[in-house]
Amino acid sequence: MSKSNFSRRGVLKTGMVASAGLALPQYLSAQESGYTNAPGDSEVILGFNVPQTGPYADEGADELRAYELAVEHLNGGGDGGMLPTFSSQELDGTGILGREVKYVTGDTQTKSDAARASARSMIEKDGAIMITGGSSSGVAVAVQALCQEAGIIFMAGLTHSNDTTGKDRRANGFRHFFNSYMSGAALAPVLEAAYGNSRKAYHLTADYNWGYTTEEAVRTSTEAMGWETVNTVLTPLTQTDFSSYIAPVLNSGADVLVLNHYGGNMVNSLTNAVQFGLRDAQANGQNFEIVVPLYSRLMAKGAGANVKGIFGSTNWHWSLQDAGSQAFVRSFGTKYGFPPSQAAHTCYVQTLLYADAVTRAGSFNPCAVDEALEDFEFDGLGNGPTLYRGEDHQCFKDVLVVKGKENPDNEFDLLEIVEVTPAAQVTYPADHPQFAGGALGSCNPGA
Amino acid sequence: MDQFILQILNGLDKGSAYALIALGLTLIFGTLGVVNFAHGALFMLGAFVAVTVSNLLTLSHKVIDETRTDFLGNPLQVDVPYLYDLFGQATGDTIIDWAVPISIVVAIPIMVCIGFIMERGLIKHFYKRPHADQILVTFGLAIVIQEIVKYFYGANPIPTPAPEAFIGSFDFGVILGFDPNQIIYPYWRLVYFFFSVIIIGAVFAFLQFTTFGMVVRAGMADRETVGILGIDIDKRFTIMFGIAAAVAGLAGVMYAPINSPNYHMGMDFLVLSFVVVVVGGMGSLPGAVAAGFLLGILESFASMSQVIDILPGINQIIIYLVAIIILLTRPRGLMGRKGVMEE
Repeated sequence: MSKSNFSRRGVLKTGMVASAGLALPQYLSAQESGYTNAPGDSEVILGFNVPQTGPYADEGADELRAYELAVEHLNGGGDGGMLPTFSSQELDGTGILGREVKYVTGDTQTKSDAARASARSMIEKDGAIMITGGSSSGVAVAVQALCQEAGIIFMAGLTHSNDTTGKDRRANGFRHFFNSYMSGAALAPVLEAAYGNSRKAYHLTADYNWGYTTEEAVRTSTEAMGWETVNTVLTPLTQTDFSSYIAPVLNSGADVLVLNHYGGNMVNSLTNAVQFGLRDAQANGQNFEIVVPLYSRLMAKGAGANVKGIFGSTNWHWSLQDAGSQAFVRSFGTKYGFPPSQAAHTCYVQTLLYADAVTRAGSFNPCAVDEALEDFEFDGLGNGPTLYRGEDHQCFKDVLVVKGKENPDNEFDLLEIVEVTPAAQVTYPADHPQFAGGALGSCNPGA
Repeated sequence: MDQFILQILNGLDKGSAYALIALGLTLIFGTLGVVNFAHGALFMLGAFVAVTVSNLLTLSHKVIDETRTDFLGNPLQVDVPYLYDLFGQATGDTIIDWAVPISIVVAIPIMVCIGFIMERGLIKHFYKRPHADQILVTFGLAIVIQEIVKYFYGANPIPTPAPEAFIGSFDFGVILGFDPNQIIYPYWRLVYFFFSVIIIGAVFAFLQFTTFGMVVRAGMADRETVGILGIDIDKRFTIMFGIAAAVAGLAGVMYAPINSPNYHMGMDFLVLSFVVVVVGGMGSLPGAVAAGFLLGILESFASMSQVIDILPGINQIIIYLVAIIILLTRPRGLMGRKGVMEE
């Protein structure tokens, strides 16, 4: 009979000593550098926090592909993607500040609490120096606040609510993606040109933060050009069949239906609206029209032929002909066999922008990165000349107004670009009422 | 008045789906005594049978079109369905267009088989276990089925349109003396309503007018006595599980053109359908059907902006509110039988 030498107390002691030993280098490094998760000399870890399960899992998968591509390019692999077209030529394919880029991933599940938990785990356990990703404004706002507390830079993925860089803006958070205000400002002139300025709009709005800011932005922009808002109805986020919300629209006096919905909500509400004949109907002596303020090609695919002829806005589209977009599409398409989504584009660009800021600053310190990104002007990343405004950490660049294509050439050819709205037309003062109530505060390096 | 009629139509349409799912749930509960939380997954599987049939009918080979380019600038590879080679383009397109009705024929044997496998392979081992165990295992099964579907089909909805002949809307207004376009309702939703009425009628006729159905009803009323008479009631109940799965599957197939199928659609309906079963009365087939239509209509009226303006948020809670009121006033539900789930 053998006797074990392990005792409960012994195991606990050994475990505590081992844990302290493992944590010590990181702690000392953080103390020495003055910021959280200071990387060693050989590698730096980035945290990609995307929806890997749940309704936005396909969008999350596309974001992850883009991140992997960005890491490959930063480390000198592949064809370099947008590195040669990026106006800042600091990145040379040797990682970031000579350190090989590694990454860890988390699953946001498109739930704020799960997203915060996965981000926290990547920061505390994996030593991620930067967190990026997300396909929802609720998640972005929650993770941004966490990163601010932890002293980590957050480079937002797909988040369109005004609040991300409005009332919930944070010094450690940065958004490349456009926002609700910009959608409204870009769409309004195109809608006026296409449908005139004496229209009556009926809004169906998803009952959560993004829905509210999008409805407000589109309503304000369209009312400013003479449209009247007949009714605004909030629809539950969990709604799948919108028939009872859509059936009254035709007899409401409205001649335009604005669907402030995204994802599955958008697919279902648009499908239902077309089923009820709204696209072919007449009201007030005019053709009835439908508008979808925020388009996503991945989501548009779910609505099939129903998107044909329907206007919306998007941050980027693979059919853009500028050198940066073409380089990214070629790189992504060659590797994965299909063109990237706007979510993939913004995530790829955010990773490059972070790496570039660190390189220009010569430091991973979040406050140095913060300084390098603020008021940074760049080009060659797919949206024309762009400004990362220091006052609210929002990118200002061209916005695309798109329309569902009538005769698609292939399965990816769902949207056509109607207008590239110049950045100046979608720029607003940082204290604009739709963005009121927030303050960046000061950057937090953590440690 | 026009709004009233429209919401009645909406309610009947919504109620059709609730009633079909609740009917299957009640069949399983009434025969096998199992609370089947995987029933929504069967509805979803039915919708994905339609997606699969549609994919199979559009199975294609590639033909290079030198005159066009793909997104990378290479010559475009055009998909040409094998059906075109077999029947010509016109006939091929017609067959593809009718993918959803064709799926109905395919779905029946597939769903019955899935029902058999579920019942014999897993659920039969939980007959004598508490309802809590049954709920846990069937809920777990639903999640597994969901994840399998997501693995193969992705998380995004997949458009599965109705045949061209059913695209568009029927103008009720003209018939009822209103102005044109005042009360219009999509053809396919009307088809869905009549289809559900036929399925519900067929299930009731099967139980009411066949010897098999009579034995099943006897077994539902007193399983032990039927067993003593030498009838293998378990075998018949297994068949009923298969039929219930087929009913849920058919509801899913026909629902595919209404909302693009996605892996989560079963869960969206499941909770509501359980409320329908409870409101109708556990184990009561007519109760399930009546409650399905009733709650569908109430939900539609609660979604009207005029109602929401008076009672904000009522659209989100109406079904649960009605459930609470009915259970307080009629604890066994609308048509619940004494003794069911009361031991």
